[in-house]
Amino acid sequence: MNKQAVQLSLPGFDKAFGEWRAEYNRQIGEDRPVRNRSGIPVQPLYTPRDWSGEHYAADLGFPGQHPYTRGIYATMHRGRTWSQRQLIGLGTPADYNERVRKILDLGATAISFLPCNSGFRGIDCDEVDPALLGTCGTVVNTTGDMDEALAGVPLDRISTAMNDPSPFTLLAFTLGVARRRGIPWTSISGTSNQSDYLSHFIANHMFYRLSLPGSRRVLLDHIDFCRQYVPNWNPVSVVGQHMQQAGATPAETMGFTLSTALQYAQDCVERGMDIDVILRRFTFFFDISISFFEEIAKFRAGRRIWARLARERLGARDPACWRFKFHGQTSGVDLTEQQPLNNIARVTAQAMAGILGGLQSLHTDAFDEATSTPTVRSARVAVATQNILREEARLCDVIDPLGGSYYIEALTDQMEAEIEAVIARIDTAGGMYKAAETGLVQTMIGESALAFQEKVDSGEQQVIGVNCYVDEDEPHRMQPTERPDPVRMRDHVARFKRYKEERSNDDVRRGLDDLARAANSRTENVYAKVVEAAELGITHGEIISCLRRELGFGQPLIVA
Amino acid sequence: MDATRPQPPVRVLVTKIGLDGHDRGSRIVAAYLRDAGMEVIYTPPWQTIEAVVDLALQEDVEVIGISSLATDHLIVPQLLSALRGAGLGHIAVLVGGIVPEDERAPLIEAGVKGIFGPGTSRALVVDQVTQAASEARRLRNAGFWEKAS
Repeated sequence: MNKQAVQLSLPGFDKAFGEWRAEYNRQIGEDRPVRNRSGIPVQPLYTPRDWSGEHYAADLGFPGQHPYTRGIYATMHRGRTWSQRQLIGLGTPADYNERVRKILDLGATAISFLPCNSGFRGIDCDEVDPALLGTCGTVVNTTGDMDEALAGVPLDRISTAMNDPSPFTLLAFTLGVARRRGIPWTSISGTSNQSDYLSHFIANHMFYRLSLPGSRRVLLDHIDFCRQYVPNWNPVSVVGQHMQQAGATPAETMGFTLSTALQYAQDCVERGMDIDVILRRFTFFFDISISFFEEIAKFRAGRRIWARLARERLGARDPACWRFKFHGQTSGVDLTEQQPLNNIARVTAQAMAGILGGLQSLHTDAFDEATSTPTVRSARVAVATQNILREEARLCDVIDPLGGSYYIEALTDQMEAEIEAVIARIDTAGGMYKAAETGLVQTMIGESALAFQEKVDSGEQQVIGVNCYVDEDEPHRMQPTERPDPVRMRDHVARFKRYKEERSNDDVRRGLDDLARAANSRTENVYAKVVEAAELGITHGEIISCLRRELGFGQPLIVA
Repeated sequence: MDATRPQPPVRVLVTKIGLDGHDRGSRIVAAYLRDAGMEVIYTPPWQTIEAVVDLALQEDVEVIGISSLATDHLIVPQLLSALRGAGLGHIAVLVGGIVPEDERAPLIEAGVKGIFGPGTSRALVVDQVTQAASEARRLRNAGFWEKAS
């Protein structure tokens, strides 16, 4: 209960409340205790005793005003709806190009790029079992591949989000393409998704390649390079998604994510960067689970805490730095393989939570996301879900429509307290870098994952079609899984091998020598050399094996 | 074999081959099996097939549990033939995670003893691994006496 509100004078409240409580107790018999995923007890009813609005100006303010609880812009979705940013990536560069051009023809202004898992592992397509190539993303290993993937895409007018972990070769290839086409780097805009190496080290072993200190160095060089040469690029996206997907509760996730942002910001300041220049380029990326009200409260509380941290703790003076810009992706963990069409309903509820939580950009999962990379048909339904929520359900008409709800405001306050407790625990451990290095965060997430699974196993957390309402006759899949065309992929790999044989060995040697030297120097920007290497025709795998050698490989810390 | 003699604990290798690193599932399954009293050998993701065969040999496991979220199940048939090639054909290979319906049959044909999708209960996982292990032991012992005679 919110202690601020108890002193409020509410004529007639106590008598009526007492009567309701008595009637409630009589009808319900033995009440079931309810807790949300973050462990916060949930009451059957919220009233002005739980949230009174007394501290409205300080706690909520107005949209576009500190502390931004009600939204980071004055007009929010009424002025400009969120960006629809569906992840795409499959097959060869030519396959990607076909799909991305279709999306652009339909009027998209923002695209995304998801590389093949072999790219995430730091290897080129000629080093992988061909059966695995392009099944989860596009195979792009060189500037030439990127040129083919982005053929006909107006790079200076489109914002591009790339799943581009350290050392950010995809951006390097894109800058190479821009140079070939005479497009100035200052007009390139977008985001380095998956730049948050700490989240990879902790919770997503898809990307992990360089040692922890090596990753820290490369990220700082990348931020510094973009600040100077690609000023409209967001070099950092702090990712809460991996940790929540791995099992962290929504409150833990927000706490860990904000602690990670603090760590990166402090690292930049120590490097001598101006906080007011770099912080405005920080963006965030979250999972939206189906725990509807909890997610809305998570985002509202996160905005408020970030505004305070950015202004007070980091000392940023420019309001652009206090704004908590985030992309949300509906959570794949909540989706089920069983009765797959049910996932459309789940994604709708998740997307609504994200929209009502005030996101800037949204990816809605396709209903078959639990079993494979989406098919064309399921991807269409996912986009339509967003359009329906906007145009038919009219979720954009009113800014922060749940603001002032006793429940939402009380829950926002409680989530805020939980999140701050997590941040305090990480502070005590010496910050997020240390807490990841020692395994503290991994242990916390592992415990939460197991606790949640036990709730599903015991039936306390019901999952429709899995542990209740099971329908054995329901077919699991509607249509066969789409896999990349093996012939096209084989041709692509053959072309790649030929390319490597025919290019200038002198350029390759020179580029890799420069890269190795920069990695071992304290003053050179190693990312500048990654960009040069990409322009010299050096491949993704070659850049990474060089940096891995010079900066060390990091085994993930597995805490069972 | 004397049925009253206590059996040694089941030895099971829980691992991921290929390119993907999503390990929430494999960690939970490893914890389930450990809590059920089995000896669990757990590895980080992205093992090569050769590494898994070596480890299975060194650790003398009866069961290999392969966790797959993002298409790595496609190379499980190659693991099975590598195991047979190394004389470890008795080891039961189980796959857990995301395997699309239309890609299950090829795995079973290749010799996978069971595929467990999301929503599989703890009890079923423990039970199936226990059964698979006792079958693997039987095959191994049979193979041993064949060779000896």
